Amino acid sequence: MSILGTRVVRTEDPLFLTRGATYTDDLVDDRLTGALHATFVRSQVAHGRLLSVDTSAALEAPGVVAVVTAADLSDLVPLPPPFPFINQEMTRPWLASDRVRFVGDPIAVVLTEERYQGEDAAELVAVDIDPLPAVVSTADAARDEVLLFPEAGTNVMASFGEPAPADFFDGCEVVVTQALVNQRVAPVPLESRAAAASWGADGRVTVWCTNQGAQQARGQLGDWLKMDPDLIHLITPDVGGGFGAKIGADPEYAFVAWLAKHVGRPVRWAESRSENLVGMLHGRGQDQVVTIGGRRDGTVEAYSLVFDQDCGAYPRIGAVLPTLTMLMAPGVYGFPKVHSQGRALATTTTSIGAYRGAGRPEATAAVERAIDLFAAEIGMDPADVRRKNLLPAFHEPHTTPMGATYDNGDYTVALDKALDAAGYADLRAEQARRREAGDARQLGIGLSVYVEITGADNGAGTKEAAELEVHPDGTATVLTGTSPHGQGHATAWAMIASDQLGIPVEKITVVHGDTDRVPEGGGTMGSRSLQQGGAAVHQAAGELIELARRRAAEKLEANPEDLVVDLGMAGLAVRGTPGVGVTFAELAADDRLLVNTVFNANAPTFPFGAHVAVVELDVESGKAQVVRMVTVDDAGTIVNPLLAEGQRHGGIAQGVAQALLEEVLYDEDGNPTTSTLADYPFISATELPSFELVEMSTPTPMNPLGAKGIGEAGTIGSTPAVQNAVIDAAAHLGVRHVDMPATPMRVWRAIRQAGHNASQEGN
Amino acid sequence: MQVSITVNGEQRTDEVEPRLLLAHYLREVRGLKATNIGCDSTSCGACTVIVDGLSVKSCTVLAVQSDGAQVTTLEGLAGPDGELHPMQAAFRAEHGLQCGFCTPGMVMAAIGVLADNPDPTDREVREGLEGNLCRCTGYHNIVRAVRTAAQAGPAAGQVPQAQEVEA
Repeated sequence: MSILGTRVVRTEDPLFLTRGATYTDDLVDDRLTGALHATFVRSQVAHGRLLSVDTSAALEAPGVVAVVTAADLSDLVPLPPPFPFINQEMTRPWLASDRVRFVGDPIAVVLTEERYQGEDAAELVAVDIDPLPAVVSTADAARDEVLLFPEAGTNVMASFGEPAPADFFDGCEVVVTQALVNQRVAPVPLESRAAAASWGADGRVTVWCTNQGAQQARGQLGDWLKMDPDLIHLITPDVGGGFGAKIGADPEYAFVAWLAKHVGRPVRWAESRSENLVGMLHGRGQDQVVTIGGRRDGTVEAYSLVFDQDCGAYPRIGAVLPTLTMLMAPGVYGFPKVHSQGRALATTTTSIGAYRGAGRPEATAAVERAIDLFAAEIGMDPADVRRKNLLPAFHEPHTTPMGATYDNGDYTVALDKALDAAGYADLRAEQARRREAGDARQLGIGLSVYVEITGADNGAGTKEAAELEVHPDGTATVLTGTSPHGQGHATAWAMIASDQLGIPVEKITVVHGDTDRVPEGGGTMGSRSLQQGGAAVHQAAGELIELARRRAAEKLEANPEDLVVDLGMAGLAVRGTPGVGVTFAELAADDRLLVNTVFNANAPTFPFGAHVAVVELDVESGKAQVVRMVTVDDAGTIVNPLLAEGQRHGGIAQGVAQALLEEVLYDEDGNPTTSTLADYPFISATELPSFELVEMSTPTPMNPLGAKGIGEAGTIGSTPAVQNAVIDAAAHLGVRHVDMPATPMRVWRAIRQAGHNASQEGN
Repeated sequence: MQVSITVNGEQRTDEVEPRLLLAHYLREVRGLKATNIGCDSTSCGACTVIVDGLSVKSCTVLAVQSDGAQVTTLEGLAGPDGELHPMQAAFRAEHGLQCGFCTPGMVMAAIGVLADNPDPTDREVREGLEGNLCRCTGYHNIVRAVRTAAQAGPAAGQVPQAQEVEA
């Protein structure tokens, strides 16, 4: 029986559970002996003219070796926007010189012998800022009255798409339109950002940093520091979660390398959580308007999603998210007409980047909310409206009006499986009973059906490399360009190699995150790893067998066609002649048994599913509690159900968190009011139920494993399901919409407002 | 100031700054890096260790306050032959960890939960771990791991130094 598809416990865990993982701030390395600690001095003002930076008192403080300001950076040029379609005037200084653009904008760096000394000295750097008006919302930004980059002439970083034609909804019996907020959230990997750098006598620099792809990070450091990337040895130690916010490098990582050269000593930096919550990229942040039109029988005829993407002060991945949202706008539905248009806007806030789903959850949230609004307007069950408009099952690629080509899917079955598992009819009956009885705790049932794009071309193509070597002692090594940070690649990639070679999983070592050993790689993001990196390992194992077959044929004086893999002996045996053969290890003893390969998927895949959320809503306080989450998440073939379920669990939780709790907030002056975990309502164990996962598997033809991505699906599906459930719980009171997060205050107000509206209509 | 602290059964005397946090003492002075620091507001629990039988967030205790104390960290749980503590074994069996950053604190807090309540319900586990945050697992498999560990008997709620652990 194949090991694939079985619940293999992780090979990573014994070390993680006894000694702990080794994150960047845990590193003990000779090259970091005598390292200085870097502490950033960051702007406490959202927007203003930087008048002066006085470092004299800080320089006198104990342990201070240097204080660096913009005046010291003559050999560094500002960081250009990361994409060519962005207004090219919107460059980012390494340290602010004449203007600050968000609370958290770096102004100076203090280098000290000890960690605590840095915090003391940073407080002694005197910064004088003449405040300018803050630009906190996309609406403010779009007015272009206060500009972050006056030389750019606008706050618009980039525009995508055109307005809908004036007659777009003509002929529809019913048209519903609604403004939606897909709020800004903080990714909050438990490990904050950290980096360390040490220069060698050979002119090369070793940089350790927490990230989701060493090779991409190295490329960025080379670009920013104007260095040959071959002179950068980038090492990714264990990474304590990423969720998109650790894609590539952050400027601070490159700056640590520069600082180490500047002072001639190794430098390390590890930010605090309060620094992380203003300094690390945030996620989401779209202000949307959905319009949906169709017939009273439930048929949707036209759908439009128009939105502004808040990108924060400096353009990062956030500026490209609108393209993903637009691409996935119609989701699982076969709407005949679809329109989408988006803008990327600069605000005086922390920059926006990728966060679990990155542009796709925003699309799904919009269309799933729109479907419910449409259903409420025509008085139909939202499950029926969905069924009426879902794309029929398809086994050949399907291209949507927005130009996405879905590989395959059966959305109706996914929805039916989720509804069956949830006991939908019984839930509706219980809901009716509670409404009839006027219970204080009302039941809400929320649905979502989703499809998302995984393994999309992130700039490095849809390919991944793998190297596989079997050693004379019977062990094997896999080198991969993926970059696990919790996903369990060390286990899963070993399973894939073991499945074909017969070498036990525990004898296979997976190496990643070291650019000297693995120079090429696409990292781990966009749910790409298994379908590209895992497929590359699969391909490498196949090539290794062919190489072994040629060498074994010579060694055994046999016909290569007569040699078959014998998994039991981890080698090749002569067909029909039991006991005659050679192990891979024996072949490796003759000469290195090693292959290098690149797997190119050529196209992304489109996992899909359906979620049912059940909430209990206290209509007197407005507090909603999720009591059940029933999910179908079809990611094609599953290599290790234990790991796939873990991805679903974590994803679902982050969706619930956005729907009910989490939001990054700024006051009108641009001051963050959620910059510690005491203020930011990170979801805890008490706010979640255990999840009910339903299996469904539609293998993709895009890779030999049949695997689609699973990392982000849970978040994409659960967010709108929970939001819809909260609104559904108060629907009988006249509530049609509540923005996320559906906090008790917001829900309570919506109920009050609905009651007020009803009494007005009654008069 | 001088402090004498027993960590995982090993007593040592060190000269420390009065303001040094226990978490930094464990990491920097004793070189025990499993204990992680995930926030600066006593919110996340990544730094949870067991001090004199109580599960404690070590970022909120000064090293000098721990003078004379018995501290157990993740590194002190497994047996001398490498045998996993029942809580460690359960976290592995139930896939109760992904990135691993919350894990050392989560495991120590979970031991504290079972010390207080040897056979908790799902809801009781969730309430017991409310002060320990995890971004990866959605807590689902952590809850299962604690329930599984509870089946191993009283050892799951104890640390090897045979000290009485209270929640």
